[in-house]
Amino acid sequence: TKMTVREGLNSALDEEMAYDDKVFIIGEEVGEYQGAYKITKGLLQKYGPERVRDTPITEAGFTGLGVGAAFYGLKPIVEFMTFNFAMQAIDHIINSAAKSHYMSGGQLTVPIVFRGPNGAAAGVAAQHSQCFAAWYGSCPGLKVLAPYSVEDARGLMKAAIRDPDPVVFLENEIMYGESFAVSKEVLDPNFLLPIGKAKIEREGSDVTLVSFSKMVGFCLKAAEELEKEGISAEVINLRSIRPLDRETINKSVRKTSRLVAVEEGWPQHGVASEVIASVTEDSFEYLDAAPERITGADVPMPYAANLEKMAVPQIPDIIRAVKRVCYREVPQQKAA
Amino acid sequence: DEKLTVTVPVPFKTHKIDPPSQEVETSKAELLGFFTDMYKMRRMEIAADGLYKSKFIRGFCHLYDGQEAVCVGMEAALNYDDAIITAYRDHCTHLGRGGTVLEVMAELMGHRDGCSQGKGGSMHMYNKQHNFYGGNGIVGAQVPLGVGVAFGQKYNKLPNVTVAMYGDGAANQGQLFEALNIAALWNLPCLFTCENNHYGMGTAEWRSAKSPAYYARGDYVPGIKVDGMDALAVKQAFKFGKEYALQNGPLMLEMDTYRYHGHSMSDPGSTYRTRDEISGIRQERDPIERIRKLILSLELATAADLKAIEKESKREVDEAVDAAKSSPQPEEKLLYDHIHSGTPANFQIYGADRQHVTVKL
Repeated sequence: TKMTVREGLNSALDEEMAYDDKVFIIGEEVGEYQGAYKITKGLLQKYGPERVRDTPITEAGFTGLGVGAAFYGLKPIVEFMTFNFAMQAIDHIINSAAKSHYMSGGQLTVPIVFRGPNGAAAGVAAQHSQCFAAWYGSCPGLKVLAPYSVEDARGLMKAAIRDPDPVVFLENEIMYGESFAVSKEVLDPNFLLPIGKAKIEREGSDVTLVSFSKMVGFCLKAAEELEKEGISAEVINLRSIRPLDRETINKSVRKTSRLVAVEEGWPQHGVASEVIASVTEDSFEYLDAAPERITGADVPMPYAANLEKMAVPQIPDIIRAVKRVCYREVPQQKAA
Repeated sequence: DEKLTVTVPVPFKTHKIDPPSQEVETSKAELLGFFTDMYKMRRMEIAADGLYKSKFIRGFCHLYDGQEAVCVGMEAALNYDDAIITAYRDHCTHLGRGGTVLEVMAELMGHRDGCSQGKGGSMHMYNKQHNFYGGNGIVGAQVPLGVGVAFGQKYNKLPNVTVAMYGDGAANQGQLFEALNIAALWNLPCLFTCENNHYGMGTAEWRSAKSPAYYARGDYVPGIKVDGMDALAVKQAFKFGKEYALQNGPLMLEMDTYRYHGHSMSDPGSTYRTRDEISGIRQERDPIERIRKLILSLELATAADLKAIEKESKREVDEAVDAAKSSPQPEEKLLYDHIHSGTPANFQIYGADRQHVTVKL
């Protein structure tokens, strides 16, 4: 059977609401509108307005409310229409949610999921096109997940909701409509993926590609192209930004001796930087080439289609970087 | 226990609601309890002041002396299934929720017997079992959190309310109005309680609020202004407020109170207000002296009895200070504890030098 990421997320929410009546969803347009991106479709009809709560457009207010309800023992799912708007509420995600278990010496627990589309969509310009993986990924106390496939969407979402700690769940608008084949196991209502474990999506021996979310698909396509040219790429889907599965990354690089880390977000202090740091720290002597990263350009997102395309990684960028680390291509002159 | 009715002198001012009665039911035991608890709170805060100056306490330390009537009056109208959340001036709130002086003092010193095992400090005291949710350091953020706790009470269909406390400084925060709007839309049992001590740090209320009538700033949410230096008036307002909120949703309560100390230990508290103002309030409105006079005038105890209570409180605080001083510092492994309550498999935490310290949990 095939299923879209949207259906995967929706079915995971539905099953977890059926599984635990402490689970409720709040956010803008999650109920009567059926979700701005239809991730909560049908849930209001099934679980009623007490558990599927439309909020006013007040992120600080409803995010704080969600965290308070989690203090009290409920299991809120806070939907941000996009993570760009969560900046209005980032104080509650970090100061109120991530730190309270620690500050209280373990007295308070905060079982909450913050979810919504993250990163670049299409044609929505700078304020609506930003990746927050590195922001949240740097905070102790948070678990940060980013699904690529339907398997990820279901298994990670269900694990996030059942987790006793705050989880930031970074979806991708472009991926919502993508279809994936799913196994019976993935459709099982008790299908959970472990938080903190990456998945090797494709095995290879010449180079390791590490990425998350939409970029995993780009890396897989790049790997197909590279295979035609005799380069065997291993593709790692991080799934979990924090904790970061350094073990899987390093094991792979120790096998391939080459690394390209790929993300859509900005380069400085990014997830790719952290992946590369983990390899230079743990596996420096195994490297045959300096690790590379392919990232979003270091600019706010422009609106014009041609510029927008240049601002995010494309498959040829990944292929080029792989060839460089495999010494199949002479490095280009740096632009002045 | 002797039942009494006392008339509180300052009328309640209200916004869109009929005021509660000024005739307050109380008892000998309750009044003696107020005196004992407030005196203990005051002694504790004065002890904290001394310990700060002698460097046993580090960082931030915000003292509550002057405002004690709010805490004891509120607790007299609530039970531990009702919830409280406050800002950073939380030492006495912790005591009011059933905490001990030792838990507060050890936490202030960053020692193991502190209520947060020394990991929170002055601003982060909690008692989850008694529904005290801190102890929050970001001005105003505790208000939406409190509305969330009230949401939980209503979701679980319990006959309980949450008190979300904030100062006159936080009263201007945008998120307070966001939370108020949601609480009113969803009829959440939350008492928005402004402890108006008239200065947000060093900024007088009239310099930061276009309207310092905080009880009336809920617009569509009714409000009551209360003499926050009178424990009985406070109790009456919260008793009324709890019943109201369970039926109707949020209510705003403004406690007209005063802090004797500066904002924090770095503030002598005298650049933005006069010494005469402080001493005037001490003489005319002090919450402990008010209850002492009431007890004596009703002949519920003698001056000597009250002196004995004071002596006992001093002894209790002194003993707690000694115990807190000798409580050990937290074990070093506690640095890496309580990051998550559900630790992922193979989860690692790095110390400052990750080659030297990597903790696998």
